[in-house]
Amino acid sequence: MIELENVAYNYGGAELFSQVSLTLAAGSFHFLTGPSGAGKTTLLKLCYGALQATAGQVRLFGDDAARMDRDAVALSRRRIGVVHQDCQFLDHLNVSDNIALPLTVSGRDAEAAGNLGDLISWVGLRGQADQLPPELSGGERQRAALARAVIMSPDVIIADEPTGNVDWEMSQRLLTLLVELNRMGKTVIIATHDMNLIRAAKSQVTTRVLRLQDRRLMQAGAEL
Amino acid sequence: MKIDLARMFDLIAGDPQADRAVPPTGFTARLTLFTAGAMAFLAVFAMALSLATGRLADRWSAELARTSTLRITAPVDQTDAQLRAAITVLETTPGVAAARPLSADEQRALLEPWFGAGLPVEDLAIPQLIEIIEEGGGYDSIGLRARLQAEVPGAVLDDHTRWREPLVKAADRLRTLGWLAIVLIAGSTAAMITLAAQAALAANAQVIRVMRLVGARDIYIAGAFVRRFTLRALTGGAIGTVVGMIAIWLLPSTDVAGGFLTGLGFQGVGWLAPLIIPPLAAAAAFFATRAAALRMLEEQS
Repeated sequence: MIELENVAYNYGGAELFSQVSLTLAAGSFHFLTGPSGAGKTTLLKLCYGALQATAGQVRLFGDDAARMDRDAVALSRRRIGVVHQDCQFLDHLNVSDNIALPLTVSGRDAEAAGNLGDLISWVGLRGQADQLPPELSGGERQRAALARAVIMSPDVIIADEPTGNVDWEMSQRLLTLLVELNRMGKTVIIATHDMNLIRAAKSQVTTRVLRLQDRRLMQAGAEL
Repeated sequence: MKIDLARMFDLIAGDPQADRAVPPTGFTARLTLFTAGAMAFLAVFAMALSLATGRLADRWSAELARTSTLRITAPVDQTDAQLRAAITVLETTPGVAAARPLSADEQRALLEPWFGAGLPVEDLAIPQLIEIIEEGGGYDSIGLRARLQAEVPGAVLDDHTRWREPLVKAADRLRTLGWLAIVLIAGSTAAMITLAAQAALAANAQVIRVMRLVGARDIYIAGAFVRRFTLRALTGGAIGTVVGMIAIWLLPSTDVAGGFLTGLGFQGVGWLAPLIIPPLAAAAAFFATRAAALRMLEEQS
């Protein structure tokens, strides 16, 4: 699905990380941990083509990301659902329209009519469908972002600190949704500081935990 | 440059959902509407000026070129003889279709603007004028002057060239300036709309980020802005054009005393000419917004 081979990324002349190799195989479940500022968000952005690696090669669904034009990157994003910590909604559109936005921009509005209601119910936002994003709580926003990320039935789901702004109970609900998606065959990678979330996931699904620290990506220790 | 009309219409027709994804931009909307309207209004006047001066230049160069005047200045007792001699010469000159002495009333009418009505021209020693109408390729003015010099010593041939040429040249230049003004107006409209579009794009950086995050292609994002600005320019251009045409229509009608100024306007099918202005404004907006949007999207990528 997504492969990084000896990838490096420099920011402002300084090396953020290097010699990073990672393969997100179909149906796999990864956690990405590491201290703040280690470059987790940057690494995820490389995985969905929002940034270009300084060195090494990133392959998105077999294509070299460095050789892809912006249209090709946009098309590959339709196969990747992204959930940000700050969710990133269009605040003038209601929750329902925000969730349907990936279908809208890809000219598949007609599909929204059938799937949207089910999806909104699945994330438990039926009562909030007509509200504007600023009217939602942190947990509701995260669930809406997750619904938007999966409405295109993507192959890969990338979540950057999806539980950063929600309580433990909501974290568990979000994790359950992500595990369900993984069981449907979706590839999932989650960047998080929350070790309890990782432990909870390990009890439900086979996961691989990676740690980005000191400019290198490594397998996480036995404490997990 | 090849223009893909189908793609252009697709972009304008666009996707209403894409249009909805970009929040309303009140300030730039009003700015674009006002600019397009004001520029269209000015363009109507520039077009009226161009067409009017064009008509004037055509008339001066075509109609007046076919006529000339012979002036006979002679002692009163010789005027009739010289008049007859001149008519005889003119009637036998190849290229002259007709030659006719102006009547006292016609000469009085010519002098009226300077001396007022009721001038007793019959009692004044004023030159007798003969109007010459040309045919075919016209007459040989050098040969005619030579014959007149020999046979009608008091005759002076005025073929209008001396005063007609600078007037025709001036009218032609005014016409060119009118069209140049239209080009400048179109350029200014495009520049203003580019600025408005850039302001709208900058204000919607977050919207663009989100649309990209969910897989929107640049052309789709640009289309939302292009469609909006093109329709605004079309609307503003239509309003400005209609107001400009009404203003032209309200100008005093052409009359002899008013001369050129009251002739500023449209005639016949010329009234259809301003209808091209709104589509031109829309086209200017389309290309300006598209270029600005794609450039900015490239910079933001």
